[in-house]
Amino acid sequence: MATYQLNVNGQSKRVDVDPSTPLLWVLREELKMTGTKYGCGISACGACTVHLDGIATRSCVVPVSLIGDRPIVTIEAMANDTIGRVVQEAWLDKDVVQCGYCQSGQIMSAVALLKATPKPTDTNIEESMGGNLCRCATYVRIREAIKSAAQQLK
Amino acid sequence: MRAARKSEDDLHLNRRSFLRVSTAAAGGLLVSLYLDFPGQAQEGGRPARIYPPDAFVHIKPDGKIVITVNRLEFGQGVQTSLPMILADEMDADWSQVIGELAPAADVYKDPVFGIQMVGGSGSIAHSFQQYRELGARTRALLVAAAADRWHVSPASCRTEASVVYGPDKKSARYAELADEAAHRPVPEKVSLKSPNEFRLIGKRVRRLDSAAKCNGSQRFGLDLDLPGMKVALIAHPPVFGARAKTVSDKEARAIEGVRDVFEISLTRGTGVAVVADRFWQAKQGRDRLQIDWDLSGVEQPDTSQLRSKYQELSRTQGNVAVARGDEKALDQIAAGNRISAEYEFPYLAHAPMEPLNATVRFDGDRAEAWVPSQFQTMDQMAIGEVLGLKPEQVTFHTEFAGGGFGRRAVIDAHVPREAAAIAKRFRGTPVKLIWSREDDVRGGYYRPMHAHRVEVGLGPDGMPAAWRHVIVGQSLVAGTPFAAMLIKNGVDATTVEGAADTSYDIPNFHVTAHNPTVNVPVLWWRSVGHTHNAFVMETLIDELATRARVDPIDYRRKLLKPEARKLRAALDLLAEKIAPGRGKLAKGHALGISCHESFDTAVACAADVSIENRRPRIHRVTVALHCGLAVNPLTVESQFQAGIGFGVTQLMARGAITFKDGRVEQRNFDGYTPPYIVDAPAIVEVYIVPSTEPPTGCGEPPVPVISPAVVNALARLTGKRYRSLPLATL
Repeated sequence: MATYQLNVNGQSKRVDVDPSTPLLWVLREELKMTGTKYGCGISACGACTVHLDGIATRSCVVPVSLIGDRPIVTIEAMANDTIGRVVQEAWLDKDVVQCGYCQSGQIMSAVALLKATPKPTDTNIEESMGGNLCRCATYVRIREAIKSAAQQLK
Repeated sequence: MRAARKSEDDLHLNRRSFLRVSTAAAGGLLVSLYLDFPGQAQEGGRPARIYPPDAFVHIKPDGKIVITVNRLEFGQGVQTSLPMILADEMDADWSQVIGELAPAADVYKDPVFGIQMVGGSGSIAHSFQQYRELGARTRALLVAAAADRWHVSPASCRTEASVVYGPDKKSARYAELADEAAHRPVPEKVSLKSPNEFRLIGKRVRRLDSAAKCNGSQRFGLDLDLPGMKVALIAHPPVFGARAKTVSDKEARAIEGVRDVFEISLTRGTGVAVVADRFWQAKQGRDRLQIDWDLSGVEQPDTSQLRSKYQELSRTQGNVAVARGDEKALDQIAAGNRISAEYEFPYLAHAPMEPLNATVRFDGDRAEAWVPSQFQTMDQMAIGEVLGLKPEQVTFHTEFAGGGFGRRAVIDAHVPREAAAIAKRFRGTPVKLIWSREDDVRGGYYRPMHAHRVEVGLGPDGMPAAWRHVIVGQSLVAGTPFAAMLIKNGVDATTVEGAADTSYDIPNFHVTAHNPTVNVPVLWWRSVGHTHNAFVMETLIDELATRARVDPIDYRRKLLKPEARKLRAALDLLAEKIAPGRGKLAKGHALGISCHESFDTAVACAADVSIENRRPRIHRVTVALHCGLAVNPLTVESQFQAGIGFGVTQLMARGAITFKDGRVEQRNFDGYTPPYIVDAPAIVEVYIVPSTEPPTGCGEPPVPVISPAVVNALARLTGKRYRSLPLATL
C-alpha cells in the first residue's frame, strides 16, 4: 500500500492503494465514482476513458503510481465543462444511449475530440472514436450527436 | 382532451377480491405483493389474469408516478416504452413518470412465458395489453374516487395529465386521489382507448434513462457498492468440466486485501474463488494462484475436428424438422439445374459491455441478491437452491444491465449460483462476484457453431422447385426444463428457426437437423437460430436470383408465400425507398438485399457496400420493417439502427470463438473483436410500415438481415459467394 494525492475533477483526493492499482479501480472503488466503467482491462474497449492532463486516456491500464499531479477529469465533471455539457445535451437530443454502459467513455472521447478538432470530419470521428466499443452498436447516433454538438459549439 | 368513456358506467366490479392495500404514512398507492385471483377466466386456453395496479403504479404525494417495469432494461428501451403504454391509458402526466425495474415476484412474470424474463423479443409483444389494462384500471380507480368525492357519475368526468376533471369546473390531481383510489375494488373490465386517442403510444418519445447514462450516475449491477461488501473472482477451469487437482494459494493469500481463497463447485467442474476487499486485490490474487487441473474424462473440443465432424454429419439426413412435398423431387432435376452449398458458422460470444456479475448476501434464514438478470425467476430459484432457501426467501433486485443479448438468460443460472456459493461462506456480508472480460470470452455459453448443407433444384422458371437442407449444431435446451417445449421430433426448434419456417414458397422442401453433443456450453445469442439460418436462406435465394437474372427484390416477392404479407409489405416499402438511389451507386459500391421475418417482425434490408482494405465497408443501410403498431417509433428506429450494427459481429475478421485442445483460443476483445464505429454502417435509414396490428418485437429482428445483405453486395462486387463465417480477408 502507498498513499497518493490525486487531482480528480479539480479536487484533491487522497487514496491508500497498491501502486499497481489501475486508475479505473481507484476511481470506482476508492473514490466511489462509478461513472467510469470496466469493460476489458486491456485498453481495447474505451469504457474506462477519462481525461488525464487533457488527453483521452484508458484508465484501466494506467497504474495509480504513474499519475503524479496530472489532473484527472471524469464523466462526473462533464456537466460543468462547456464542451462536455454540449456533448451531453447532444447525446440526449439524439437519444443515443441504449444499454448505456459504454457511453461515459464515448462521451469522454467525443469531448476530447471536439476540444482538439472543433469541426470534425467523418474520418476524424472514426479515428478518435475508433477504440470505443459499443456492443449495442449505437454508432449511427454517436456520429450524429458529435456532429450536432460541433454545430452547437460553432 | 378525451371525454369519459361511456362504458365506464358498466364497469364490472370484482367483488371476489379487493386489493390488499396498505397505506403508507406518506400516502399514495403502495407497491404490494400480488394477490392471486381465484377462479380466473380462461381465454385462449390461458388464464386471463387481472394484474393489480398497486404492484405496478405508485402515485407519490408530489405527483411523481413510479411505474414498475416487469423486465430487465439492458438497452432495448422497455424502461421507457412500457411506462408509456401504461401512462397513456392512465392519462398520466408523462413529465412526472419514472420507470423502475421490478424485483423478482410472481406478479412480474411474462404473461405468456410464465416466468420473469426478457427473451424472444417479447417485452412489448407480451405486455402491451397488460400495461394498457393496468393503465386503464388505475385511471378508472382514480376517476371513481373523484366521482365519489364530488357525488357525480364517473361518466361525467374526464382525465388529462394526471388530473381528473368533473362537472362545474371541479378538478383533482391524481396525487390527491391516490389514497382513496387505493382502497377501491379493482374493476375487472375496463375500456381501452381507441388508437386515435393515444397521446404517447405511437409517438417518438425519448428514453427516460438517457440523462443518467450520459452523466455517469446510472448504477449498473457492477457498480453496486454495499457496506462491508467483498469482491470475488473465480479461477475457472481451462477446459469446461475440469476440476482443480492441486491448488497452491500461498502467494494469492499474501496479497493485501485478499480475505479467502477456496475451491467451489461449478455447474461444470470446479473452480477456485478469491475473495478480497477490492477487485484489483482479487485479480492479483487470482493471477498468483497455481492450479493443477484434472482433465481426466473431460472432452477437449477442437474446432478443426468439430468442423470435419459437422461437415460429415451435414451430408447425412438428420431428424426431420419439415417435410413438404416430394423428398425425391430433387433427384429428378438435371444436375445442371442443381446447386449444392455448404456453410460454416463459428461459436460466438455475446460479450456484453458490462461484464457478468451478481451480488448476494446470505443471512441464514433469508438472502438478498442484486443481479442484472434476464431470467429473474431462474436466478432467484438457483440462489435459493444453493443457500437452502425457498425462492421467496431470496429478495431479488433486478439491476440495470450493460447489454446482455441473451447472455444474462442462462437456464442453469451459473453466475448467480457461483455468487451464492461464495456468499454462503461469508454470512451477513454482501459478496459481488465479477466475471472479468477474460472469464466472459473464455467462459462458454456461446451461440453454437453450425454447419449447413443445402441442395436446391431449380424449376424451368428459375425458381426453387426442390430444397433439401441439413443443419448441424448443438441444441440450446437438451436436458433442460425447456426441452419439452422446444424439442420436437428430436429437433431443437431453435436450431432450425428461420429455415424450416421460411417465408418462401418452395414446393418440395425438406429440412432436417443433427443436434450433436459437444463439451461447450451454448446459449441463445440475440435472434438465436435466425443468426445462421437467415444467412443461409438469404444468400442462397440471392444466388438463385442472380442466376435467374431477376432483380433480387422481385425474385423474393415472387417467391414469398401468400401469407407472408408482413414481409411483402416490408419488401415493397424497401423497394420504394431505395428506388431513387438504386441506379446511382458510387463506383466500386454494390447494393446487397436481404429480408427475413423473426419474432413476428418482418424486415427487408439493402446494404450499400464497397471493399476497403480487403474488408467490407458498409456505407449505408436502408431497412423497412413491419412490427405491427410501433409503440415508440424512436425506440424502434434506434433498435434497428444499432441492431444492424450488432449483426455485423458475425462478419468481423475476429468474430469467432475457436478451440484448441479443449481451450478457448481467444482471451479478450483483442482476439474476439466485435464491431467498432468503423465496422458498423455510417448511416442506417429505418422505415416502418404503418400498422395498427398488435405490436411485435424489435430487439432481435434487426440482427439476422445485415450479414446476408452485406455478403450479397460483396458477391456482386467480386462474383464470389461467401459461405463461411467469420468472413475471411477479401
